[in-house]
Amino acid sequence: MVPISYYLVLSAILFACGVLGFLIKRNVITIFMSIELMLNAVNLSFVAFASYWQALSGQVFVFFVMVVAAAEAAVGLAIIIAVFRTRQTLNPDRVNLLKL
Amino acid sequence: MILWLIPILPIIGAAINGLLGRKFSNRTVAAIGLFFPGLAMVYTWWIAAQFFPNPHTIVQTFYDLTWIKAGAFSVQYGFQLDQLSMLMALIVTGVGFLIHVYSVGYMAHEGGYYRFFSYLNLFMFFMLTLVLADNYLLMFVGWEGVGLASYLLIGFFFLRDSASAAGKKAFIVNRIGDFGFLIALFLMIQHFGTLNFAQVFDKVNGLPAETAGAGLLTAIGLLLLLGATGKSAQIPLYVWLPDAMEGPTPVSALIHAATMVTAGVYMISRSNAVFNHAPIAMGAVAIIGCATAFFAATIGLVQHDIKRVLAYSTVSQLGYMVMACGVAAYSAGMFHLMTHAFFKALLFLGAGSVIHALGGEQDMRKMGGLRKYIPVTFWTMTAATLAISGFPGFSGFFSKDEILYRAYLHGSWGWILWLVGLITAFLTAFYMFRLWFLTFFGEYRGDQGHDQHAGREEHHGHAPHESPKVMLIPLVILGILSVAGGWIGIPKVMGGSNHFEHYLAPIFEQHAATSAQAAEAEPTAEPSGPPELLFSVAATLTAFAGIGLAWLFYYKRRDLPEKLAAGLHGAYVTLENKYFVDEFYGAAVVKPIVLGSTYLLWKGIDVGIIDRTLNDSADAARDVSRGFRHMQSGNIRSYAGWVAAGAAAVVVFMIWRGAR
Amino acid sequence: MLHLALFLIFGVIAVVGAINLIAQTHPINSALSLVVVMGSLAAEYLLLGAEFLGAIQVIVYAGAIMVLFVFTIMLLNAGAEEQTRGSKVAIIIGIPGMVIGSVAVAWALIRAHTGAEVPVGSLYGSAQGIGHLLFRDFLLPFEITSVLILIAIMGAVVLARRES
Repeated sequence: MVPISYYLVLSAILFACGVLGFLIKRNVITIFMSIELMLNAVNLSFVAFASYWQALSGQVFVFFVMVVAAAEAAVGLAIIIAVFRTRQTLNPDRVNLLKL
Repeated sequence: MILWLIPILPIIGAAINGLLGRKFSNRTVAAIGLFFPGLAMVYTWWIAAQFFPNPHTIVQTFYDLTWIKAGAFSVQYGFQLDQLSMLMALIVTGVGFLIHVYSVGYMAHEGGYYRFFSYLNLFMFFMLTLVLADNYLLMFVGWEGVGLASYLLIGFFFLRDSASAAGKKAFIVNRIGDFGFLIALFLMIQHFGTLNFAQVFDKVNGLPAETAGAGLLTAIGLLLLLGATGKSAQIPLYVWLPDAMEGPTPVSALIHAATMVTAGVYMISRSNAVFNHAPIAMGAVAIIGCATAFFAATIGLVQHDIKRVLAYSTVSQLGYMVMACGVAAYSAGMFHLMTHAFFKALLFLGAGSVIHALGGEQDMRKMGGLRKYIPVTFWTMTAATLAISGFPGFSGFFSKDEILYRAYLHGSWGWILWLVGLITAFLTAFYMFRLWFLTFFGEYRGDQGHDQHAGREEHHGHAPHESPKVMLIPLVILGILSVAGGWIGIPKVMGGSNHFEHYLAPIFEQHAATSAQAAEAEPTAEPSGPPELLFSVAATLTAFAGIGLAWLFYYKRRDLPEKLAAGLHGAYVTLENKYFVDEFYGAAVVKPIVLGSTYLLWKGIDVGIIDRTLNDSADAARDVSRGFRHMQSGNIRSYAGWVAAGAAAVVVFMIWRGAR
Repeated sequence: MLHLALFLIFGVIAVVGAINLIAQTHPINSALSLVVVMGSLAAEYLLLGAEFLGAIQVIVYAGAIMVLFVFTIMLLNAGAEEQTRGSKVAIIIGIPGMVIGSVAVAWALIRAHTGAEVPVGSLYGSAQGIGHLLFRDFLLPFEITSVLILIAIMGAVVLARRES
């Protein structure tokens, strides 16, 4: 019998790690992976709550999240490849042609 | 009779000439410019013919229209015809028409012919409104309007800097006087609730005389005096009149000799009820008039420009008129106003004829011996010079004598006024004959056949020639009036019956019972008797002394003037520079205002506060946006940082709400 | 008891993997630690009784998406990261900020849900059960996601195409 709050705390820690990585990493692919980590953390809390409230639709929602994450990963990586072709770098600080 | 038609006729002429005159030929412009004032003059004569057999006060309103209605206070477009305004209307239309005729010839070679006649007619409209008004406010409209016409006409040659500066000076200095007039009007509204002459004077006569000191009526009187000093060129606001000689000579004749400058005297005479109840104000009037008369005469002694001499002479003679009002000799003041209108207008027109003959020269040092060349001008100007000097038999003699005599009789200090007035008469005779000798006698000192670039007109120079008939006929008419015009005021002691004073008596008689001066020997009917004859003799002798001295200095021994000037060099320079009054006003009044405006109002408030507020608010907007710009840096990771920060804020807020 | 022990083991593995993801400089190391995280999360799902989701997690997330990531890293030949000035600022501000933030969130969560317990496998998320929901109550979102995937495929193909 694990209290629900344990699951939620775990989810929160993973989410915080995801945000941290999103902020401090200088490789755009790693940033993207941090985003995936955030999504996973949220998935975990969805499943925990589904179990807590005995509602299966929570798990269905996780299913949809995964679908969207897959689509987003595909398109996002395609964009990264396109950017890499023009800017020859994976450092987001170098992709700064809009900077004043 | 329709009174309001008298002022309206000239303004119709002004409108036609002003709006359409540009396309008319000179003849058409002159015809229109003469027709309407001429018609007004004839109409005034017709009204006078009905008025003189039975003089009484007639008041008419323009179609019963109310101009202002504010609670209990109301003002009509009212016109009043009584003995005083009839006299003024006759003078204004008569002398005005003669000057219009003269201008046809004088201004024939000038540009802006139609503009000139339009402005002259406009002036006639305002002046007639001023004299025919039945309330102070309509009079003030005319008052301001003649100031406007004066500005327009002084600056007629507006391309010349000195002319437009003189026009501005006239208007601004007049404005200072008008300020006093306005405050007096406000006091009247506040305390009497009306501005109508009849009602105001009724109320004033109901008040006791303010012998114990200053009060409401003294204040009103002094403020009206301030207005009169502006318009009638008395100390301290006379400085505009000599500069006003920049305008064409007919303007100087009409406005600055015969009519506009007399508006102040007329106003004081009209307000005699107020002054009779305020001895302090009346004393101030007398002192200012006397001082101005003497002061201006001293300056006129050493001026070289013929028109300047006449300008200072005008100021001096106006001083006589004001002084007359200040000793309650109102009819004497009006008498002198009438005779002065004749001979001063004639003097100015004659001077214009001289200037025209010489092709623009105005410096008397370059004139001389002109009586051979311009005889008609010479004889008419002689008549005027004799009149102004008070030569027995001419018009000025009777009017000036009466003023001096009545001044002597006034109170315990009247003899001072009389003495100063006598000395001024001596000076007047001296400088007028100085002018006469310098201009018409001796050798011609001017340049022959030289195109005068310093001249005021575009006339090409050749030998002096007489003016055209259209200019000479008004001179002759005015000459006759200068000689004979005084005969209606011959005092009893010399065999006349002084029609003039009896005619005006009803206007000035309303106060006799309550005036503080009633105790003095100053009834409105003159005490004519042997003493008056004595004073006349004294005045005549001083006039002869002045004429004799001028003959000595400027005919017999022409070297004396330079010797005297060299001997009294300091005094001479002071007089020649008009006692440096203009410089004093410039330094004491104009310069502080300009400095204050520049540093306080312009740089301090306008630039420093108003502009700075606007600029600073614009700068603040720019700085704020510049601060916000950092959110849009083009750096992806900073965007990520901002997103995270915003999300964190939202989360914190939700936790905080959830915790409560 | 066993439930708690298993939860803690897999939880710790997940957190360690997440921290490693951040700590590593080379992206391939981060990718591999992310795979570890996903695997341990799959175990957590099983503990909660969501067997279908656990399978899907391994197959789709760890097996397809992470493989895609690894392929991209190898394709672009990404090297270790470089240090820039701005990143130091982010580290100095970010780490303490995140720690504080997560502590705050955790505290709030614990306070909200004290005492509530979830039994092991209490909700049995079988494939049949999820299938029922997907094809009956959530049919419209299901069909729309198929369109979404189609669009994503087309988009990815267009974006990553070599200019010719």
